[in-house]
Amino acid sequence: MTKTGGMEAKKMSKEMRRQLLKKDIKRDKYLIIMFLPVLIYYLVFCYFPMTGLWMAFTEFRSGQGLAGLYTGEFVGLKWFIQFFESPYAWRLIRNTFLLSFYSLIFGFPIPILFALCITQIKNSKLQKGAQVITYLPYFISTVVVAGMISNFLSPSSGIINQMIEALGGEPINFLGEPKWFRAVYVISGSWQTFGFNSIIFVAAIMGIGPELYEAMKVDGASKLQTIWYLVLPSIKPTIVLLLIMSLGNLLNVGFEKVYLLYNSGIYETADVISTYVYRQGIENQNYSYATAVGLFNSLIGFAIVFAANKLSRKLTDTAIW
Amino acid sequence: METKKSFLKEFKNESMGDRLFDIIVILLVLEAVVVTLYPFLYVLSVSLSSGTAVNQGRVVLFPVDLDLSTYKMVMDYKDLWVSYGNTAIYTVAGTVCNMVFTCLAAYPLSRKQFFLRKKMNFLLAFTMYFSGGLIPTYMVVTGLGLYNSRLAMILPVLISAYNVMICRSAFEGISEELFENAALEGANDFVILTKIAIPLIKPTLAVLTLYYAVARYNDFFNALLYLGKSSLQPLQLFLRRILLMASTEIMQASGSATAASAAAQSTVQIRYVCIVLSMIPIVALCPFIQKYLVKGTMLGAVKG
Repeated sequence: MTKTGGMEAKKMSKEMRRQLLKKDIKRDKYLIIMFLPVLIYYLVFCYFPMTGLWMAFTEFRSGQGLAGLYTGEFVGLKWFIQFFESPYAWRLIRNTFLLSFYSLIFGFPIPILFALCITQIKNSKLQKGAQVITYLPYFISTVVVAGMISNFLSPSSGIINQMIEALGGEPINFLGEPKWFRAVYVISGSWQTFGFNSIIFVAAIMGIGPELYEAMKVDGASKLQTIWYLVLPSIKPTIVLLLIMSLGNLLNVGFEKVYLLYNSGIYETADVISTYVYRQGIENQNYSYATAVGLFNSLIGFAIVFAANKLSRKLTDTAIW
Repeated sequence: METKKSFLKEFKNESMGDRLFDIIVILLVLEAVVVTLYPFLYVLSVSLSSGTAVNQGRVVLFPVDLDLSTYKMVMDYKDLWVSYGNTAIYTVAGTVCNMVFTCLAAYPLSRKQFFLRKKMNFLLAFTMYFSGGLIPTYMVVTGLGLYNSRLAMILPVLISAYNVMICRSAFEGISEELFENAALEGANDFVILTKIAIPLIKPTLAVLTLYYAVARYNDFFNALLYLGKSSLQPLQLFLRRILLMASTEIMQASGSATAASAAAQSTVQIRYVCIVLSMIPIVALCPFIQKYLVKGTMLGAVKG
């Protein structure tokens, strides 16, 4: 009795659920029509490629079109093992990590310092002008930035080496020697982003109530003290959150700038996972191997974001998800 | 009386320290401005100077012996305009598609009653942290026949999930009453989206348009992957050839590879002229950046 009753309830609920779904669909039909093209985009250009990660475990055979993503012979972890046994694995991981690590260490404090300075300026024309100008490099293409870097640093005609020679030094082949690449990458990256990255801190500082500044003034605090005891503590949550978010990107080095600036002579410090994947996959057509290396990179990246998010939740109550 | 005096004294002392502080702050900001601007000014000055002045290293800050012949030479080169035209197509068409699809994605996701809301939000957010990666994406895009197709510059980068999130929170900021009233008057979601919701979040949409347009204008990666035919290639690929690959194609095309004029027009100048010409549309955005970005609008980007 109870059994059949349970069955019936289940049936009912199934029927009811179908009814509810019908109602939902009817009510939201325009939203569904609206979202449908978006869904198709995500399925075709994001999720379909994800299924192609299967290639990392097979021996890809060319000439089969899209079916080739799945028809290769299963080889297990062959490509991963090949990657880790290659002399490049450690170098690539180290370079990828160090480039973003140094960018973080060097690039993270500058926007904060800049935001602190720019919000102190009373002259609003100077303030706005300085903001627009420092945002500008962020909008310049990587190709132009890389072009400027390589021409400025050129040992024969570059302005930097002209200056070094004028000061009595020997010209340095910055992009020809491995030891300079990280500095070039990090400094130029910081130059390009410090203004734009300060926006969020400027907004946080502007959000501090004027009555708090008044209170500091009444207490007789100097401007430096106001920054130390009021402004910095107020923007601390923003700083912590952004720091954690950047930690999550530690294995995501942008492909373009490295690709445009490096050459085989400085792979020792410049070659990163994404450029290696490009060379192996697109240039040498080792599709399966390159997919495996790329998958390894995404998995580690995903794990880091996950850990950073956990850390954020523990420290600040704010989390990305 | 005495307390007032000591207070005045203190105030004076402090204002000395504060004055020093102000000076340091202004110097730091000016330094930031100079560091940002100098590379551009230098490029501009070299591009405008005479070849001899450049070769002698006399151009440091401002143009020396104003000379526009390099500009003429570069602008006579047809490939520049072909690539510029391609970039214009990709930027305009791409940005329009980006904005349409971003609104189509963000609006349903902002409606609380939408029964697929949670699932679809996850579907989008997941792609921000994980993707098929370069090779599978490349296989899919080329497998769909998009190699050497203009659509390859638009379709693979149709929507940025991050921008959808920004747009979604802007829609969520609109008062629910407005939607309810419109619905009571029989407006469907398409009408509500275009007549009510979109006009109300114009500043956000302006910033998103800026982000998308700059991304489409600067897109190098997709062109590198999918456009082998030079008649389809955008400005960024052309710039790479000129700026980074020791190309002398412009000099050869202008027939000035002869000794005399080659000395006058150094490769460096040609490169810097190309940089200046490619940056004009970006610099033209400055008033726009000032209007929408400098206000300190965060757009709820990092709300957590």
